[in-house]
This record gives sequence, C-alpha cells and structure tokens, in this order.
Amino acid sequence: MASLTVTDERVGATPAKVIQPAWVRIMHWVNALAMILMILSGWQIYNASPLFGFSFPREYTLGGWLGGGLLWHFAAMWLLMINGLAYLVTGIATGRFRRKLLPITASGVLHDVRAALTFKLGHDDLTVYNYVQRLLYAGIIVVGVLIVLSGLGMWKPVQLYYLVMLFGDYPTARYVHFFCMAAICAFLVIHVLLALLVPKSLRAMIIGR
Amino acid sequence: MAKRSFLIPGVDKRLLIKDSLKTMPDVTRRRFIAGGASLGALTLLTGCDVVDSSSAETMLAKVSKFNDAVQAWMFNPDALAPTFPESAITKPFPFNAYYDLDDAPDIDGADWKLEVRGLVDNKKSWTLDELYKLPQVTQITRHICVEGWSAIGSWTGTPLRDFLKLIGADTRAKYVWFQCADKDGYNSPLDMRSALHPQTQMTFKYASEILPRAYGFPMKIRVPTKLGFKNPKYVVSMEVTNDYKGGYWEDQGYNSFSGS
Repeated sequence: MASLTVTDERVGATPAKVIQPAWVRIMHWVNALAMILMILSGWQIYNASPLFGFSFPREYTLGGWLGGGLLWHFAAMWLLMINGLAYLVTGIATGRFRRKLLPITASGVLHDVRAALTFKLGHDDLTVYNYVQRLLYAGIIVVGVLIVLSGLGMWKPVQLYYLVMLFGDYPTARYVHFFCMAAICAFLVIHVLLALLVPKSLRAMIIGR
Repeated sequence: MAKRSFLIPGVDKRLLIKDSLKTMPDVTRRRFIAGGASLGALTLLTGCDVVDSSSAETMLAKVSKFNDAVQAWMFNPDALAPTFPESAITKPFPFNAYYDLDDAPDIDGADWKLEVRGLVDNKKSWTLDELYKLPQVTQITRHICVEGWSAIGSWTGTPLRDFLKLIGADTRAKYVWFQCADKDGYNSPLDMRSALHPQTQMTFKYASEILPRAYGFPMKIRVPTKLGFKNPKYVVSMEVTNDYKGGYWEDQGYNSFSGS
C-alpha cells in the first residue's frame, strides 16, 4: 500500500492555469456571433438610406432586403443585449474588469504602444493584459455600451426619449450608432489579426488555457 | 447515509487522473479543433442556412411577434413625441412611397368620402367638408422612416381619438384598420392604444395648407409614435376591428407594431 502513496511534490508541473474562465469564453463567442449578425444586418439597414456617399456591398449584408435586415437586427439585438448585460454584471461582480483592465495609465499605454510597434511587446503571461490590450478591451466595452444605448434610442425615440436626449437628437444618435459600428469593425480587424499572431491567445479563448 | 467515496485510500487522485489521461487521445488538441469547428458552425447558425432557410424565417417571424408584445408593453399612452418650433421644419419635406409622385393617387376631394366600418355606432360616410368642420390642432413632430431617415413637418387635423368618440367606436377593440387609395391597395392596422394616443391625428393640412397630393390628399393618418409606413396616406376607409387584417408592408415583413 505504501508504495502507492505519492506526495503532492511529486506531481510535476501543475495543470495549466485557466486564462479565460468558461463564462468569459462562452460570452465572448456568443458576443462574436451577435456582433457579426448585428453588423451585417445593420449594413443592410444602412443601405436603405445611407448616411454617407457609399453603400455596403450586397454580398456582405444580411436579410436580402431592408425588411429582412430589420428582422435580423431586432432579433440579434436580444442576443447582444442579454449576453452583453450578463458580461458586464459578471465582469464587475467577479472583479475581473478591475483586475484585468485597470489601471490604465498614459505612460503605460505609451510604453506598450512603442514596444508593440517595435515588436518588443511580449505575451509570455497571457493572464496579464498589457496596456494596449487594457485600453482596447476597456474602450470596446464603452463603445459596446454606446452602440446599444444609441440603438435603443433610435428604436424607441419616443418611449426612450431620454436616451435620444443623451446624444442630442434622433439624427445624431444615428451617426453615433454608425461610428460605434465603425469602431467595432476596426477593433475586430486588429483583434483578429493579433489573435492570429499570438495563436495561444486564441486557444485560451476557446479551451481556456 | 454516509457519503460514497470513489477514492482509493493512499492514491493521489491528481496523479491517477494524470495517468489515465495519458491513455486518451490528445484532449487539448481535440477540443481546440472542436472549438474551431463549432465556431465555423456558429456563423452558419448551427447548420441552418442563414439567408434563405424557412426555419430561420420562422424564427425571425416569431421574434418579430415577440417584439410586437415588448413594444406594446413599453408603450406609454401618455408619452408624447417631441414637438419642434417652426424653424426646425425640414424643407422640402420629402415625398416618399413605393411609387413615383406621378403614380400617386389623384383624388377629387368633392367625390371623396371617408367610409367608416366595423365596431362603431354610426357607420355614416364623411365628406371632406364635414370632416373640415371638426376641431383641428396643429403639431410639429419628427417623421421617422423605417429606412432610417427622418424629417420634421407640421401637420394639422383632428385628433383621431375625438373622431372615434364621435362615431361611437368600441375603443376596447384591438385595431383601427386603414385602407388607402394607393395603387396595389395600401392598408395598415393601428393598435387601439396608439389610435387613442393624444397626438394621433386625422391630418387635413400640411404646413397650414390643404394637404397636397404628395403628402396624402385628402386625408392622412399622422401617428408620431409610429414609423412612417404606419402613417397611411390617401385614406379611404377605416374599420374598427378585433381582427388582425395585416398591412401592405407588415405582410412583407416589417415589424407590425413599429412604434417609436
């Protein structure tokens, strides 16, 4: 019997640290799906009455026509809002936002931007976000809140009048909604590019470690 | 009852798990691939064709009905649409329809009569002269199109709720259904609570002038708490009813409540 006894010390490397807990991973991918549905259907809606001198290519829009785009947009919004709200509540309640995203200092951001541009920004410890990541992740949460608030305001400019007032008036809310979308698309490009450059970060967002 | 224990005394459970894992395929790699595969599947909505599938359409129609209920629940009959000063009026106010202005109904006001049907005490038809004699109010509100654009206009007419009272309409009915003279037969249902909203108006004038043909002569229903397509023009009849009779755009997929 004694020969079967092993002590903790003899267990070699401890199991890999969980970098992304299950709730983060689930909500991240639900959000990714919801965002893509919202963006592609949103482009369909935009094309019905473009704010600027261009339209989005038809093949990158969802719904086939304005009515279909609206149906997708106002269906996916529930996915986006419920998931987003759960993410905000959990992120604040578990202290993850504070732990992972704060503090964000100007000197820290400047230092890490410089390091990133000279390819000296390390990713040895995925559990600690560098200042560029903190700024981007915190910033995109703010943009996410803004795009939902401006969208809700446009959806219900009478019942949710105070939301429209927050942005000035209905037409301004439309522009805010558009520019938030543009910011999310820009984030998406950088985010996907960096995830592909550091594949272990993508792996962590899928299997957790 | 004592708790059942699956542990073998003296055996380190972590080591045991570690050993047993060795006999299994590379779980990590498998899960990584599985994760990637399901990500691909997600973009296809787990197997159902996103754009054309009838199951997707059924799902979207259900959510749209759910959204009708949510909007009815959110609707506050006392919440007024913002009003604006005359200086804010959009000039020119856009003509908008699914046809060109040349194809807009050209109605002779002298011949026209508003037909009243359904759950009302007095089903008499109304001539334009009779309607013009009813008390009128003017309001400057924002018209918001389902396409996203908006324009501020000045509309003058009789509050619909006053007219419904006058004709002895059953205001417990679910809808007021409007039929119009537009080609292909435009129609649209208006839920009763929105019909009774203080700003919902039978409109006879735009910018203090008799409603021009472009904006729906002789009568438009102006509902500032609804999207533009729920503001029918060239109205020829109204029916107070408990039946959902559909509408020109509603039947094609625009959300039926479409409240602001």
